[in-house]
Amino acid sequence: MAMILNEEQQLLKESAEGFFNEKAPISQLRQLRDDKDETGYSKELWTEMSEMGFAGLLVDEDHGGTGFGVMGAGIVAEAMGRTLSASPYFASSIVGASLIKMAGNDTQKSTLLPAIAAGETIVTLAVDETSTHNPERTSVKATSAEGGYVLNGMKTFVPEGHVADQIIVLARTSGDAGDANGLSLFLVDRRAAGVIADRTVMSDSRNWAKITLEGVKVSAENLLGEEGAAMKALGPVLDKANIILASELLGIAQECLDRTVAYLQERKQFGVLIGSFQGLQHRAAQLFSEIEVTRSAVMKAQQMAEMGGDVSWFASLAKAKASKTAELATNEAIQMHGGIGMTDEFDIGFFIKRARVAQTLYGGFNYHADRFARTSGY
Amino acid sequence: MSDLEAFRSETRAWLEENCPATMRSGVGESLTSGEGDICWGGRKFQFKSEDQKLWLERMGSRGWTVPTWPTEYGGGGLSKDEAKILQEELRRIKAKPALVSFGIWMLGPALLKFGTHEQKLEHLPKIARGEIRWCQGYSEPNAGSDLASLATKAEDKGDHYIVNGQKVWTSYADQADWIFCLVRTNPDDKHNGISFVLFDMESEGVSTKPIQLISGYSPFCETFFDNVTVSKTNLVGEENKGWTIAKYLLTHERTGISDMGMPAPLNSLAVEKLGTIDGELEDKMLRHQIAEHEIDAASFVFTMERAKDEAKAGGDMGAFSSMLKGYGTEINKARHELIVKVNGSDAFEWEGQFSNNGEIARSWLRTKANSIEGGTTEVQLNIIAKRILDLPA
Ligand SMILES: Cc1cc2nc3c(=O)[nH]c(=O)nc-3n(C[C@H](O)[C@H](O)[C@H](O)COP(=O)(O)OP(=O)(O)OC[C@H]3O[C@@H](n4cnc5c(N)ncnc54)[C@H](O)[C@@H]3O)c2cc1C
Repeated sequence: MAMILNEEQQLLKESAEGFFNEKAPISQLRQLRDDKDETGYSKELWTEMSEMGFAGLLVDEDHGGTGFGVMGAGIVAEAMGRTLSASPYFASSIVGASLIKMAGNDTQKSTLLPAIAAGETIVTLAVDETSTHNPERTSVKATSAEGGYVLNGMKTFVPEGHVADQIIVLARTSGDAGDANGLSLFLVDRRAAGVIADRTVMSDSRNWAKITLEGVKVSAENLLGEEGAAMKALGPVLDKANIILASELLGIAQECLDRTVAYLQERKQFGVLIGSFQGLQHRAAQLFSEIEVTRSAVMKAQQMAEMGGDVSWFASLAKAKASKTAELATNEAIQMHGGIGMTDEFDIGFFIKRARVAQTLYGGFNYHADRFARTSGY
Repeated sequence: MSDLEAFRSETRAWLEENCPATMRSGVGESLTSGEGDICWGGRKFQFKSEDQKLWLERMGSRGWTVPTWPTEYGGGGLSKDEAKILQEELRRIKAKPALVSFGIWMLGPALLKFGTHEQKLEHLPKIARGEIRWCQGYSEPNAGSDLASLATKAEDKGDHYIVNGQKVWTSYADQADWIFCLVRTNPDDKHNGISFVLFDMESEGVSTKPIQLISGYSPFCETFFDNVTVSKTNLVGEENKGWTIAKYLLTHERTGISDMGMPAPLNSLAVEKLGTIDGELEDKMLRHQIAEHEIDAASFVFTMERAKDEAKAGGDMGAFSSMLKGYGTEINKARHELIVKVNGSDAFEWEGQFSNNGEIARSWLRTKANSIEGGTTEVQLNIIAKRILDLPA
């Protein structure tokens, strides 16, 4: 596969960029934040996104999706990174849909996938329990009860957790915290008795929640995939999710560079444009280089994921590289904007706040560099 | 079977038969350091082995040292797809390059674009067969990064020029047969007063003096011209328009320098040398550094792949080659710093068995030049800032 976008992907990129620029500029996120919007995303936007087919990019056509695959999903995520548009896209269309596709039985697929693709049902994943990503350390318990299970425990950092219709909960059916075996996935209705979803207010002004499960009863049909073997599906899905997060981080970095370069071309100090100072030129050029190199890592990972097979090495590489570059880009953007970069009124600060959250979700640089090393044999 | 598949199986069979066994041990670190067991060709070249000579003859006779050049100029006449297959097949058997030369990756492309038919016929086949070795006479003592300040003068004498001046850092000038050289033909116009000429290093009035590098190697020279006669048939392109050619050639040089290929992973070296505990390198800090580096290095290799795919699809490389050059050479330097760390005190052995007679230290030191030769990293960043990001002067 050549490392260039084909015609169809190029078209998708253009239409996605046009769409988010017009329908979901940063001012929309700012508005949602300032209004303390209950959902934290614009329902109108989500409906339009679904009509555009964005909600079903990873859902195959038989289930009402567009089947564009990981590259397409990454291209759209990158465009969303550029305008910081808020929607359940990542939680539901990427993670939710992929998990149901990987682990779901026919009934689960045929009821949930079309609803996700249509943007009617929001599905999210609840995996982390502490402030650092570590699925193996899961301790939320699922105990067998007649005809099903009872869930107890707490989850944190759940994207769209307080607006999701269904929460896929990773819970322990056997073993101890730290074991990769003994974990199972359950579809839990957010409105079920015993589910408490607390919205958390985060730096990126997006939707997150802490989910407390107090004796939540689920039936055996709500088991997603094999009991005790959740990692079989969750591993590959988290890889895919990290590739999409890397794509979003790439969009954020690119947008930070573009905005910064534009500023260097117009801001004057000492009677000249600050962009004529070599100290800044070199830093901008270095950032450009890092972003180009990151683009290759992300694109490679997208392509490998599209081809199937184990992509953990590529996914960790892409997420680590994109995290590092997004960190550089957002920091440099603020520094090169000077005082105005620190003001809330100016938009550049929104990028750093989103970037760090996206970096942290499902493992940041250190987590993935470590995993990259392990999968490389050291 | 498609044509390309047929080409692949023919190529494979030909290589199987014609690539000597001793030429199948990969390039090793020495290629990245620019020294060692490399076939440079040329009138003065001493082959390291009979196999090395044979390998060059066989590849040269097929034009496969320069697979995509036209056959009439000694090339292989292959399409880009065929050339890619050839490269894959060469890599598959870990073949050493039959010939490495400035003629192939610098002068050749410039002549193909700017040379006359006669010039191409005269020079390209000799490059392809490794008969003539070229050096690059660009830099001068007072014209390094600011190359257009060069002063070496070429006086117009009708059908020829008389060249006087001095070049510096001329790689392999003492071993080269011919030089491609930038000379000043108009003192009043900095950029539009430069011409691109070719001449034999054995011409009357040419002399060279080797300079030793910190690595102990002596790959480059001061080069002096004292009333050297250069026929006008050896002017490439128009008089005073040499800067365009010089720049075109530099983009090739830069892309070439940055193309390190996928080097052997550092981690296997580290695992071999230092061992692991529970599958992880014992030295946690080094493990972290290696991982961080390998992530950057792999991302860069993918970027080279992407750039090639884009070029193949008709994209213009332009100033992007500056980004590849700058990033690639910094990566290569960082890699050698890590190789030194992994080898500990053995790395600094200048002579001795643990270091293959100082190869580790010498290669490490040689890489320091990567970000200087072909235009420094700072100059590449200037180019990116101005030409890609459009920042003001
Ligand atoms: C191993 C080796 C092989 C070489 N082979 C050849 C060869 O075969 N033929 C040939 O012609 N030349 C060759 N060169 C020369 C090489 O191209 C020059 O060394 C290079 O262009 C830098 O010029 P300089 O050495 O004069 O350094 P200078 O230009 O003096 O640079 C000194 C420092 O100042 C910085 N600097 C200079 N100008 C700027 C600027 N505008 N902005 C920011 N920083 C700046 C540089 O980045 C550098 O850090 C070779 C060099 C080396 C090291």
